[in-house]
Amino acid sequence: MANTAALTGINGLREIRRSPASHLAQALEAGSVPGAVVLKESPFQTMAGVRVAPSSEEGARIASVAGGLPARCGEVTGRDGVSVLWLGPSEFLVVAPEEAHDSLGGDLIGSLTAALGDAPGQVVDLSANRTTFELSGPRARAVLEKGCALDLHPRSFTPGTALTTEVGNIPVTLLKTGDDSFRLFPRASFADFLGRWLLDAMREFASPEVP
Amino acid sequence: MLLISCPNCGSRDETEFHYGGQAHVPYPENPNELNDREWAEYLFYRDNTKGTFAERWLHSTGCRQWFNMLRDTVTYDIHAVYPMGTPRPATAVPAAAEVGTASVAADSTTIGNAAPSTSATSIISSSTAPEGATK
Repeated sequence: MANTAALTGINGLREIRRSPASHLAQALEAGSVPGAVVLKESPFQTMAGVRVAPSSEEGARIASVAGGLPARCGEVTGRDGVSVLWLGPSEFLVVAPEEAHDSLGGDLIGSLTAALGDAPGQVVDLSANRTTFELSGPRARAVLEKGCALDLHPRSFTPGTALTTEVGNIPVTLLKTGDDSFRLFPRASFADFLGRWLLDAMREFASPEVP
Repeated sequence: MLLISCPNCGSRDETEFHYGGQAHVPYPENPNELNDREWAEYLFYRDNTKGTFAERWLHSTGCRQWFNMLRDTVTYDIHAVYPMGTPRPATAVPAAAEVGTASVAADSTTIGNAAPSTSATSIISSSTAPEGATK
């Protein structure tokens, strides 16, 4: 039982929270193959779900706060470490580092809420809704291709693109951050499954390649 | 596995979608005036077309938007994908895609002689009702 006397304010609670895949941390480290494919969890990203008509006045206000709103499937906008992912024609996911959360001194959610004002739409703090896996390395694409039907070849899936699709039969938002690095955003309840699924898919790269 | 062309996201696997049943079933304009039989027919009775069929689909693991689709229930060919609330496009089906002798007319129905008396109003309402009612 945690010492409740130490839990003063949200920053006290911060010490005892556990990320959805925290129990897999050791397995993720053991299953990573440096030089081939590395998997780790970057938990507690600040995320905000935004629903707003992008062509409206309030859409423009939110775009100016978030660094633009993506116009079509796959596009990612944003600035200063904030990424705005396209989820639907009027639905966006704003992803920012943990420090951007209002409880830690940031103002991401608050400024988005203020930008929306009373206009139709919504800004919801979804930081606890999803967790973040970072998959990187020259074989990262080969790992994803075992369970994702999309064309992940660099000619069609370029860095700075995000697609909502299925990986290992579960819904995942897939963000390509670099030539060989991906971010996967599964819902928290799928984190255990996806973490183990990715570990299983990575296992072959730990052994020497069979010619 | 069908490859379905979502209007927002492009070609995706069928597993990303959910089927929403027959399209263009308008909500009755005055539900209170329907008798039980007509209400039941509105709720539960759908065409079982052999051939081109207009149906609703939801891209549930993608953009989460509904759309309509003209699909051949025999060959699984997808003839058209069009937005919710728009009328069914004229079927420009290549002759080779048609098989069998079943009627593939747009209004073909298997309800038989028990066609609901709401059909007269549904034709009108499909063009005049608000967008939400014609899904």
